[in-house]
Amino acid sequence: MAAAGGLLVFQGFRESHKTARPIHVERSFTISKPVGEVFNFWRNFENLPKFMRHLNTVEVTDQTRSHWEARAPLGTSISWEAQITDERENDYILWESLPGGAVEHRGSIQFRNAPFADATEVIVSLDYRPPVGKVGALFARLFGENPERQIREDLRRFKQLMEAGEIPTIEGQPSGRRSPFVRMMHAASAERTSVRERTSPVSA
Amino acid sequence: MKALCWFGKKDVRVETVPDPQILNPRDAIVRITRTAICGSDLHLYDGYIPTLEQGDILGHEFMGEVVEVGREVKKLKVGDKVVVPFTICCGQCYFCKNELWSACDNTNPNAHVLEALNGHNAAGLFGYSHMYGGYAGGQAQYVRVPMADVGPIQVPNDIPDEKVLFLSDIFPTGYQAAEACDIKPGQVVAVWGCGPVGQFAIRSAFMLGAGRVIAIDRFPERLQLAARANAEVINYEETPDLIETLKTMTGGRGPDACIDAVGMEAHGHSVDAYIDETKQALKLTFDRAMVLRQAMQVCRKGGIVSIPGVYGGFLDKVPFGSAFAKGLTLKMGQTHMLRYMKPLLERIQNSEIDPSEIISHRVTLQDAPRMYDVFCKKEDHCTKVVLDPWADGLAA
Repeated sequence: MAAAGGLLVFQGFRESHKTARPIHVERSFTISKPVGEVFNFWRNFENLPKFMRHLNTVEVTDQTRSHWEARAPLGTSISWEAQITDERENDYILWESLPGGAVEHRGSIQFRNAPFADATEVIVSLDYRPPVGKVGALFARLFGENPERQIREDLRRFKQLMEAGEIPTIEGQPSGRRSPFVRMMHAASAERTSVRERTSPVSA
Repeated sequence: MKALCWFGKKDVRVETVPDPQILNPRDAIVRITRTAICGSDLHLYDGYIPTLEQGDILGHEFMGEVVEVGREVKKLKVGDKVVVPFTICCGQCYFCKNELWSACDNTNPNAHVLEALNGHNAAGLFGYSHMYGGYAGGQAQYVRVPMADVGPIQVPNDIPDEKVLFLSDIFPTGYQAAEACDIKPGQVVAVWGCGPVGQFAIRSAFMLGAGRVIAIDRFPERLQLAARANAEVINYEETPDLIETLKTMTGGRGPDACIDAVGMEAHGHSVDAYIDETKQALKLTFDRAMVLRQAMQVCRKGGIVSIPGVYGGFLDKVPFGSAFAKGLTLKMGQTHMLRYMKPLLERIQNSEIDPSEIISHRVTLQDAPRMYDVFCKKEDHCTKVVLDPWADGLAA
């Protein structure tokens, strides 16, 4: 009920800001790890920047409070304080930003056993209410054109990290693309014979 | 290193590109000793698959030697000779744990594209467009293999590359198609398409107890290759009524199982794009959906239609009523590679099959652009092209 009341308040301040677009994302995943492990990983909010690209750091300051810092363009950052408003171990966590921060944020995550062994179904709900003015503009640039998709992909990375232990990527792999960077790489690799080429036997 | 890169429709070139590096803890780098051009690469070559970018390295059938491993790679070590499956699998998600390897949740960095398209995401693939992850492929001298403890299988050093190379895709793909037919001893299986996947489906059907296999194609060299495996062959261009012919050959019942190793590829990012492309390519789409239509029409009542051929998007005028009326079972999907690689390696070691018999061309990587063209046009009796990425020069 506390949560529902909070939501009404949240809706209230949504309507009081007309210019900046609020962001709401809800997403469910099955994670092949026991509920306890998934709960504990999320409950330590300092883990969140490992998969949420828009976050720089989260610092846990006491049992329920944390300091969140989001990346912003040009090396700047946007920060706010958050507090866990309700939680039950291996069941759910609710949190929201404290008044006075740059961004209004609230989130919830529910955990339940999947219908097969050692797996967890999670339902995550995140809301961001960007501020008006300069900080709001920074915030909008941080998330780009499709903030909902960005956040959904953040949550997918949560699952990838929990299950596979790493987040799949192709950033840094070779290609024949003719960008200035690739041309530079071509020049560099042409100059020096690669170590592998020198040490590997040539096939028969 | 040298790599075959895609630059556009019917434009692939061998370029010098940077060597791949370990990017994630579970990566390995493999020095490729043999690699092949797959029939499905021709769809990339023909420009039918969206989300390719200029400069992308193609190739998803390859093998080689491990030259570097990431810190989380425990099973593989430098020097191991490995065959790498075309699908990339995490080994940890629900789907990997249930041997539904090609449905892996965690290996496609562009999961949202397939999710929007198909409802759900699928495993990342080597060298097969950015909607399948955009991973650099293996028609190159080196390749980065993510999740390297899961997919690659070690093969003995004394086995020739050519005998095991096709464990990377087409042999397991053909085998899964035959296994899906749930063949009872003596049953009759019909196979549409005698390209490499069809050839392995034919051979696998016999391995799994089929009494007869009927192979359907139009290229004489492919039908010959099928006949060599003891299939009865039909050149459909010379057969006025294929359905009646197949019924006559099976005492009026129809084949117990039908394998569509032809497939159809419709493409696009969105539903709209799919529909547009389908409309544009109507002739092609019609031609290829023909196979599935024939298979459903002729398959015996209660039989199985198995579809290793690739489909995407929407199919027009599929006789679903016939499938319902006859109580057909439809089986399809990308190959769950890891179910089959080891058992099929054993069959190769036991000399039950020599996959290298389907190879028609052995060339250098430099030759690959020309061979794409030859393979595409089915010139020079081309059935399967194998590349040596380290040999110099161009073949005559």
